[in-house]
Amino acid sequence: MTTIAVAETPLVLSLLRLADTALVHSHRLSEWCGHAPMIEEDLALANLALDLLGQARALYAYAAEVEGAGRTEDDLAYLRDAPQYRNVLMAELPRGDFAFTILRGFLLSAWAHPFWQAAARSADAQLAAIAAKAEKEAAYHVRHTGEWTIRLGDGTEESRRRMLTALETLWPYTGELFEADAADRAMIAAGVLPDPATLRPAWEATVTRVFDEALLPRPADGWMQTGGRSGRHTEHLGHMLAVMQHLQRAYPGCTW
Amino acid sequence: MATIAERTAPATLSADPARLLAAARAAAASVVDPEIPTISIADLGVLRDVRLGADGVVEIDITPTYSGCPAMRMIALEVEAAVERAGCGRPRVNLVLAPAWTTDWITPAGRAALLEAGIAPPPPAASRRALFGAEAPVACPHCGSAETELISEFGSTACKALRRCRACGEPFHAFKCL
Repeated sequence: MTTIAVAETPLVLSLLRLADTALVHSHRLSEWCGHAPMIEEDLALANLALDLLGQARALYAYAAEVEGAGRTEDDLAYLRDAPQYRNVLMAELPRGDFAFTILRGFLLSAWAHPFWQAAARSADAQLAAIAAKAEKEAAYHVRHTGEWTIRLGDGTEESRRRMLTALETLWPYTGELFEADAADRAMIAAGVLPDPATLRPAWEATVTRVFDEALLPRPADGWMQTGGRSGRHTEHLGHMLAVMQHLQRAYPGCTW
Repeated sequence: MATIAERTAPATLSADPARLLAAARAAAASVVDPEIPTISIADLGVLRDVRLGADGVVEIDITPTYSGCPAMRMIALEVEAAVERAGCGRPRVNLVLAPAWTTDWITPAGRAALLEAGIAPPPPAASRRALFGAEAPVACPHCGSAETELISEFGSTACKALRRCRACGEPFHAFKCL
């Protein structure tokens, strides 16, 4: 099986972390296509997935250009195995029910919106350009998933029960969004990436505002899951990649 | 991969750069959005620049509306074909991201074309609402009533929302403000 070893400079690694999180989350959303509870949501989830896929493509194309090894966006998406993926763990968890999908989308986009807003002022011109587009899209994602979080949290007994279950599962994965390792710190010092600590107040404000209206409790920050950004994944990512990468694995180099 | 010789316009046109550029610009501007064929990419603000490269090849910049817009590749191919058909040689089509596309770049002609197609044009980006702020009113493209409501923030394409008119009862697409 062909796999590639990407030379992960701090910038390439940072771009892969963002691209992988967008792609993996996009793939999980796309699994709803044809299965959503109503046609409007089928369209909406597919549209959210498409926005994230577009962001991932731009980030991969740029990562490949920075690496300078002649690779393409497709090489990075299709020819790395799970241990080479750098997405946050929350993105790869199985799609779950509609409540789980909505809450994951809300927690991730409430982080992505201030992240892209700050990254639009990055010292790296190409990352800033990608961020300026992604920020506008993320605002729609926060609104859509936020409104559904309220409707389901303050909905029926059943929708509320499902939201509480999803919240219990997802909360321990939120810590990873605000981690900063040596590569991150190098990029923060260079003005390329925002310091995740500076994103926290905006994220907290969005989460608190929506949870208050949804009558959902903000869980206490206990032990947090970690590892995705350095390639230590749950068993679920391998299964997802087996589906996503199947064609390239079965027919290496095929195009259409 | 086309060679420079194949890319350059025939001598009749390339001898007159101003005429070549005007012909290439008109050809590129005639390409329509494959998902909303009533509006040209020029009126949509997707066509950003048409110029002559140092090697005499026409260079064209296009920008995506949304990051994941699936029509971009189609638009690039159609621009290439239209410019070549106009006798301007095969252009180089570049995808540029900055500055980020905004609905404010849709021209008055473009807004009229959207309305004609039953799609409510976007409110100005200056009215872009705060994350959870109230939305700007959107008039019904059929009867003009401002009494419309949001059905879904996401319609048949990423750039459109689904709304319903309370006055005439018709559902309609509204171009989202970006």
